[in-house]
Order: sequence, then structure tokens, then C-alpha cells
Amino acid sequence: MAIDTAAPSPSLRPGVPPTVDLGPAAALSCRECGTRFPLGPSFACLECFGPLEIAYEFGSEGAEELRKRIEAGPTSIWRYAPLLPVPADVASKPNLNPGWTPLVKADNLGRELGFTAQLHIKDDSGNPTHSFKDRVVACAIEAARAFGYTTLSCSSTGNLAGAVGAAAARAGFRSCVFIPHDLEQGKVVMAGVYGGELIGIEGTYDDVNRFCSELIGDPAGEGWGFVNVNLRPYYGEGSKTLAYEICEQLGWRLPEQIVIPVASGSQLTKIDKGLQELIRLGLVEDRPYRIFGAQAEGCSPVSGAFKAGRDVIKPVKPDTIAKSLAIGNPADGPYVLDIARRTGGAVEDVTDAEVVAAIRLLARTEGIFAETAGGVTVGVLKKLVETGQLDPSKETVAINTGDGLKTLDAVSDAGMTAVIRPTLESFRSTGLASA
Amino acid sequence: MSANVRIPTILRTYTGGVAEVTAEGVTLAEVIADLEKNHAGISARILDDAGKLRRFVNVYVNDDDVRFEQGLETEIKDGAKVSIIPAVAGGC
Repeated sequence: MAIDTAAPSPSLRPGVPPTVDLGPAAALSCRECGTRFPLGPSFACLECFGPLEIAYEFGSEGAEELRKRIEAGPTSIWRYAPLLPVPADVASKPNLNPGWTPLVKADNLGRELGFTAQLHIKDDSGNPTHSFKDRVVACAIEAARAFGYTTLSCSSTGNLAGAVGAAAARAGFRSCVFIPHDLEQGKVVMAGVYGGELIGIEGTYDDVNRFCSELIGDPAGEGWGFVNVNLRPYYGEGSKTLAYEICEQLGWRLPEQIVIPVASGSQLTKIDKGLQELIRLGLVEDRPYRIFGAQAEGCSPVSGAFKAGRDVIKPVKPDTIAKSLAIGNPADGPYVLDIARRTGGAVEDVTDAEVVAAIRLLARTEGIFAETAGGVTVGVLKKLVETGQLDPSKETVAINTGDGLKTLDAVSDAGMTAVIRPTLESFRSTGLASA
Repeated sequence: MSANVRIPTILRTYTGGVAEVTAEGVTLAEVIADLEKNHAGISARILDDAGKLRRFVNVYVNDDDVRFEQGLETEIKDGAKVSIIPAVAGGC
């Protein structure tokens, strides 16, 4: 059920310039051909079908002043509001206030993997719905408010569905989201509990995505804000906040190496965009950094292209336990290849068995329980070190995008060491007693 | 062969706002050529200068992504449903 405050502006149609305040966002710009369009609920270039992204006109304040303003801001992504497509008073609007998650010094994991420099885990399971998706949805909701939508929707591999459901509940939007029908139970419950509509589609994520793309052009989906379709340019910008936070938490410094999971490739490309913005604004020193992408072997169209030296991504049919990364036709894949090659990084993949082992490794060494996507990232981190592609003598950040409680099945054989009677004798019989 | 072609919102300026049109051809390439005959300009939005499908366009014949089939040479049977969809993304 929508409330009036969620829809302050009249509905806007694609291509109609809004008279709305989205902070420093100035226009939509085609990433392929550079054609610019007015801000609006559009996602594909009218000239070449290329993806549209936000072009900014940042304020003229100096780096030191901006840095102080950010540091004095709220402990959420809204401290970076001057760099996002959101109004300046965004923190006062009803939303989940995601972000500012811990950057964990992973000394135990680093030691085990042979690091001589500091290894960090950016643990985004600490967000309100336990994945990084709260960041992107928070930005999409501001665009939805600006364009007058009252219903939020998305195609999702699970985490996004939960993030949209929760954010819609808080902000007073109706929600109707679409997921593959065979997702992990944890994600289905997380998405359904917030009271919105949750529709299972008989098919893969790519089928769900296609369905939503058709729905958006049909009267059945008229007037809906699809956070990762017609609001995608705004939504994607939320991932930049991972880059901002990592640098600020390092003392306004670029990490030397970053390992990022890749499904569509959106997060990786936006982290690179965020790092470039910080350099351009003088908030961090310009020095080389390397970006690495992580995929599961059972859905590795981007790493496959990287290893083969190809520029073109050949779509695949996903078959992996890492369902949140199971996008066989990754829209931002070509850009991931460009960024990995430009920065001297790589894109690598690991088997499902390696994913499970990596979930256990991270849990055992750092007390962080990652979902399968986090297992992919840590598994790839390990493989990159072992194969000499990533330098363990350079400061490195690996991103855990979600909480292991959502994908319990992956490690379902973890459990009780023993079942005993409540007696000391029984405990001693396990061989676990101190003496 | 006659196919029903689903037109995405951003291409409906070429079809007078119509969401679904019919086009003739025994391959996808022929269907696109026939679309162009009746809706001038639409082909250049779907194909690049080399005549290949643009990188950010997904085309489905019935439920199959033509990249898994024979691309522009994918066979079109009578009554086939062709969907042209801009690539979008979710996930990480």
C-alpha cells in the first residue's frame, strides 16, 4: 500500500525531463556512444541500445572541505549524498539507511593465504537485509520518489528481492518482485516476509530478467519502478558507495588490489567508477590499483572471455550453487573485461566445491559467515594468490556481499560435533574436555 | 513465414507506438529486413554497422536466446514469437 508521501511528483514518462531534485545528477549518458538524455526513468540508449548511466555536475567545493563534510555525515551511504543521484536531504526521508559496514582486518585469513601486506574483508552482510543490495535499492527508491512511482519491482536472484521488499515497506511503496521459483529457502523467506508480492517464475534468472523487460513495456507493468530495469542508472550508483567507504576506512587511500564478485558486472564497474571519482575530486591520491573479478565456474562467461582473450561475452546457462551470481548473460560483462585489463587485474572462477571450502575458510579464520557469493570471492582470492595473479605483498580488499544465513544449504553438513547426555562423564567421553 | 515481433518501448517510435507487429522471413535476418521495409530505421537500432546484432540487444525466438541458436540465421517457423529486448542486469 502506498502512502501519499511516497509520490510527491506527478508521473513522468521516459524522455520527459523531470523537474526533480536528484542532487548532483545532471543527465543520463550512454556508456557506448555518449549520447545524453534528460534525467528520467530510462535505461537504454535510443540510438544504440547501450546502457545509460548518470552524468554528474559535482559542486565546486575543494577536496578538504568535501572530505570534512563527508566525515561529519551520517554513518550510512548518505554521508556520500553529494556524490550520488539523490537529494541533499535524503537522510531525512524514510529509508533503511544502509552502508558504513565494517572493513575487517583479516589477519588470520591473510596469514593462511600467505599475505605479507594487509588483507581486508569489506563485510557487506552487515546491511539491513544482509546484502549489499540495500545500497543500490536505497538509491533507486530516491529516483522512484522523484519520478512519482508508487509500486517498486525487480527481477532478482534473491538478495535484491529482500532488499526491495524491506525498503518498500519502510518507505511506503507497494512492491511486487520476481524471482526464479527454485531459490534458496532463506532468500525466499527474506523476500516474502515484508508483506509485498513475491512471484516465482519457472525459469532461470535470465528468464526472469527477460520477463521483467517485457512487463515494463506492457500495460500490466505500467507505472511501476523496476529498480534494476527502468531505474537501473540510479540503482547502480549505490554500488559506488562501496568504493567510497573502502577508501575512507583506509584513511582516504586507494587499496592496491580489490577482489569483487561478478554476476552482471554492475558492482565491479561502479566500484571502479567510484574510485575514479574520488581521484578526480582529489579525495584520494592517484595511484595504480588492480581490480579482480570473481565468478563461479558453473556461470563464468566473463572469466571465460577474460582467459580466452576475447572482448565478447558468450552467454551461458548457469549451473552453480552461487545463485546470486548465476547470470548467464551479464550486461556489464564487456566493461568488467575492460576494467580488469586496464588495471592489470584478472577475472577468475572457482568450482562449487571451492566455494564451499572458501565459505568455511572465511568463517574459520575471521568469524564471518558469507553466502555463496562471498565464498566465490574468497575462493577466487585464494586461487589468484596461488596462481601468482594477485600479489600478496600488496594491500588487498575482498568484498563479501551477503550473509551465509541466506544460503545455509551450501554448508548444511556443518553442525554438532557430538550429542551427549548432560553429564560430565558423557562430555569427557568425547575427548574434548580440557582434562 | 510470418512471425509476431514484440517491440520494446524504446523502438515503438518506429511502429507508431504499437507493441507487437508481424514480419515475414524464414530466418531472423529476413524478419529484421522485413521489419525495416515497413518501419524504416528500426534495423539500424537492432544491428550495428557490420550488420551484426548490437552488443546490448537480446533477441529471443519463442523462448530461446538466439545467441544460443544460430544468431541472425536462426530459423523462423510460422507463428514464431520474436522478442527484442534491451540487455539489463541484476546480481552483483
